[in-house]
This record gives sequence, C-alpha cells and structure tokens, in this order.
Amino acid sequence: MTREMLTGNAAAAWGVRLAEVDYVPAYPITPQTEIIETLAKWISDGVLDAGFVTVDSEHSMITAAGAASATGVRVFTATSSQGLLYGFEMLYSVAGWRVPLVMVNVSRGLSSPITLEPDHNDILAARDSGFLQIHCETCQEVLDSILMAYRLAEDERILLPVLVNMDGFHLSFTREPVEIPEIELVRKFLPAYHSKHAFFKATQPMAQGVAVLGGHAYSYFKYQMHLASIKSLEVYKEVSDEFKEVFGRSYNTIEGYMLDNAEYVLVMTNSFSTLGKEAVKKARVKGIKAGLLRIRLIRPFPDMDIVKALNGKKAVAVLDQNISVGKGGIVYSEIASALYNERENPLLLSFVGGLGGKNINPGEFEFVFDSMIKAVDTGKIPAPQLLYTETEWKEMENLKKIAGKQTTVIKTASV
Amino acid sequence: MIEIRVHGRGGQGSVTAAELLGFAAHSDGKYAQAFPSFGSERMGAPVQAFVRISDKPIRIRSQVYKPNYVIVQDPTLLEVVNVLDGLQENGLLLINSKKKVSELGINTKVKVMTIPAMEIAMEVIGRPIMNTTLLGAFAAATGEISLDGIRKAIQHKFPGSVGEKNIAAVLKAFDFIKKESL
Repeated sequence: MTREMLTGNAAAAWGVRLAEVDYVPAYPITPQTEIIETLAKWISDGVLDAGFVTVDSEHSMITAAGAASATGVRVFTATSSQGLLYGFEMLYSVAGWRVPLVMVNVSRGLSSPITLEPDHNDILAARDSGFLQIHCETCQEVLDSILMAYRLAEDERILLPVLVNMDGFHLSFTREPVEIPEIELVRKFLPAYHSKHAFFKATQPMAQGVAVLGGHAYSYFKYQMHLASIKSLEVYKEVSDEFKEVFGRSYNTIEGYMLDNAEYVLVMTNSFSTLGKEAVKKARVKGIKAGLLRIRLIRPFPDMDIVKALNGKKAVAVLDQNISVGKGGIVYSEIASALYNERENPLLLSFVGGLGGKNINPGEFEFVFDSMIKAVDTGKIPAPQLLYTETEWKEMENLKKIAGKQTTVIKTASV
Repeated sequence: MIEIRVHGRGGQGSVTAAELLGFAAHSDGKYAQAFPSFGSERMGAPVQAFVRISDKPIRIRSQVYKPNYVIVQDPTLLEVVNVLDGLQENGLLLINSKKKVSELGINTKVKVMTIPAMEIAMEVIGRPIMNTTLLGAFAAATGEISLDGIRKAIQHKFPGSVGEKNIAAVLKAFDFIKKESL
C-alpha cells in the first residue's frame, strides 16, 4: 500500500485500474476529463490492459458501455452534468439490460445558466433509472467506492449498474493523501468478473434487450429491477463488512458525525458535508447538541438506516444541494417519506444551499441550527429556505445594477 | 492547520506551485491538500491556487477564504487583485518583485516580503517561470515546509535536468531570504 497525493479524478482512475477493467468508452467533459485522460495514458503505456474507445457523445458512450458489459466484460466510464443528461435515455436502457457496469459522475450544476461548479441536480436526475448511487465525501472514498461498486453491480442478486458520485473541483481537482491498495488485496476483494447471465459466445447465441408488449411482462421486469435494488441494501452490508476486513476502511450506507447524543441534526451528502461537520463542531463548542448525518447510498435509499439514525432527535434540517424546481429539496422529500409512518418523528426543516458550488458559510450553518432550535421552542416549522448571505445578495444587486436592472430592497436576516 | 493562497496569471504555474507545496508537506510527514480555484481559468488572466497543511488529517473541502500566507507570482497583479483579501494579521505576503517592500505602496499591517524570483529563475533556470523559486523563498521565510520536501516534490514532478535546475533556483531563493532575514 502506498499513500499518494491524488486528485479525486486520479483516485477514480486508480480505482478503475485496480478493478482491472476490460473496456472504457470515453467522452470528455469538465470536470471529469482527467479521469479518462489518466486511463487513456495507462492503457497506452500498457499498465492497464483494456480497450479504450473515444466515441461521438455520451449517448453513444453509455450505449457502448452497456453493450460491452452485456458481452460479459468489466466496463467503466465517466461523465458529468450535461454529459450525463445527454446520455440519459441510455441510462434507463442499460439498467434494464441488467449490466453491471460502473460509471463515475463528477457533479456539476446543470445549465442554464451554465456553470462548472458542483451541485447534485445532475446525479439526482438519474435517481429513478435503476443505477445504484454512491455519493462520496473524500478522494479516498472515491477510489474505495469504485471497488465496492463492482462488487455490488456484479453480485448475482443485484446485476444493476452503479453510479459513483463526487463533487467537481471540491474533490475532482483537490489533491489530498489517498491510500492506493495493493493489487493482490483488491483481487481478493474483487475477483475477475465471470458473467453467467450475459456473455458473448458463438455457440450460445442469445437475444438481449428485446421488446415486451402488453404490460404484464414489462411490469414484471421493471419490478424485478426494484426488488434487486432493494435487495442490494442487504448485499451492501456484506460487501462493506468484507471491504473493512480486507482494507481496514469502513463505509456504511449512511455516516453519522457526533450523531449519537445529538438533538439537532443536519442531513447532507457529498463533499459539502465536510463544511457541515466543521459547523457541528463549532455548534458543540457553543453548547448545542448538534450532529450530522451524511447519506452515502442514495439508491437504493436506506430508509430504515435513516429512520434508526434520526429516531428520537428533536429536529432535523435537510440541507439539499439541489433543487427540484416547483417542489424544493429532493433529499428532504425522500427523508420525509422515510420518516412519515414512524411514531416519534423529529421536526423536519428544509434548506437549499450550495447551488452551483456556492460556498456555505459558517454563518449560514449557524442560521440552520438557530432555526432548528427556534422550531423546537415554538413548535412552528419554517417554510423551506434558500441559504444566501447578505454579502452575496449585495454582490447580486451590484451585478443587476451593472446590467441596468432595477435593484430591490428587501429586509433579510443578517447571516 | 495553515492555509496558503497563490496568486498568478494563467500559465505561470500557480496550480503546480500549490501541488508542489502539498507534495512537499506530504513528504515531510504532514497532511496536505492542494487545489486550483473553482471555476474556469484562462492563459494570462489572474488565477489562484490553494494549499492546506496540517499535522492532523484535513477534513474541510472548500476554497480558502482566510489564508495564513499569500504568495504573489506576478507583481502586476497588485493593481488588479486584492491579494490581501482575508489574509490573517499574523500572516505573510510574499511577492515576486525586485523592488523593496516600501516601494510597492502596500498598505497593510501584515508582514510583507519581496524576492526577485523572476531574476533568479532567469539566471538559474533560463526561463521566466518563478513558481519553484518562490517555494524556496517560502520555505526560508516560514519554515512550514522543508527544503528536502521541496526537492522531493520537484524531482517527482520534473524528473531529470529540468528538475535539477529548478532545485538550484529553490536553493538560491532560500539563501536569499535567509541572508535578508539576518
């Protein structure tokens, strides 16, 4: 094992190299391109024995990945944001083919307006596709999750593709120490893939992805996918136990930070949860019993783990780094549905923050904790809110002035 | 934990400077993080890069807003960018310039140092790329990273004669600052 300074993108490439994949179809997009560039170089240098093909679009890329996977080989690909959306049709198709490929998405806010920095509307748009989804907080977690992802995808009880997500810039271009496991250990944890259900053999031709007319067959296959995804909650625990045994690092479906005796809990995902953890630490110094719950496995959604983690808490604030236009925070809705039938539910508050990579400042977290405390004291739950500071508001007003637009004066709480 | 911000122009190797600083700290046995500013960058336009160094694992992943140290590669940036933004009072502003600090007209309580990194780089490396030279000055001025760490980082990133020339420039800058501080 060696520890190197790697970007999240390089950590992803290392995960793929150690998984000894057979085929990588690729199409570039910021901030993901470094992953496929690194893999292309390794394949060209001969240190990774795999086929590499540059294709004309993400739509072709996901099609090629699914088709290759259906021949029984191990496949990897990566994309981001608009690229994921461009290949969207094929996400559903290849998931339905039950092919165990792994894809990394490097989160970037969706156009328009166009941007480069992260939020999770891209990856969450794919939440109903059938892909499992693992969301990462650190570069190490990216490498490790790719190895876990192949184990999950290729498990015969699951056979669904997996998306591993990391935030653009905050992980993709951030260099930090990453342990690169020994290949022998990886082979022990993740043996070569021998597909029993889909392969390419001249003497045994098979048809895949055929049409089914009349809803009964369609319903059957669609629900099979759902059951397999739900089943993966159980398989996940086996895989993560084994991962811990082999590599010494442990990743559950959710991660609690100062959660056990917490009364006020922040719920977050991905790399911005590191900011949430800093805020929890500060709140604890001020005597607030704060904690954080990070959701790592987004599909399948670990309802029961979340219910158990939040049971008996006074208030929970879900900080969504995404927005379902016309509804609000996506994770908030999912947590609410997980908790609804429980008897002793915490008060549930909704905040949207960090859209397009906007920093979430310490003052914004203080506001969230104050809001939770106030809600418990008064019994009144505030309407969902966007986290935005006075300074940011003034900057925006200035931009509007430059654009010749009228500025508005509104009274805001100072954050 | 200490935080460093590097100012430069696209193409001057600010991101590489941050990467080398991070690598140096890592090989010194510390924890480190190095990253470019979040967003797009263009050749010649003002750019920033960041480093965090700590004795403990670094949890936070965000841009640096209140650096302990600021390194400025290009003195023309002083008129364009507020390089003092968020710089902590007990910190240090290290500028590539052959001028004396008093000639730069910087109004701050923070300690400011200059080093003729461009001249050193031209003399030793033969190219106007002063990112590695500034690292030597930074090590001498702050003691936050070791010369050995910088050497390892440069050898890792630029093996061969290119690396050796850069290391020579680092040593020259290190001595320059050490003599200045005597």
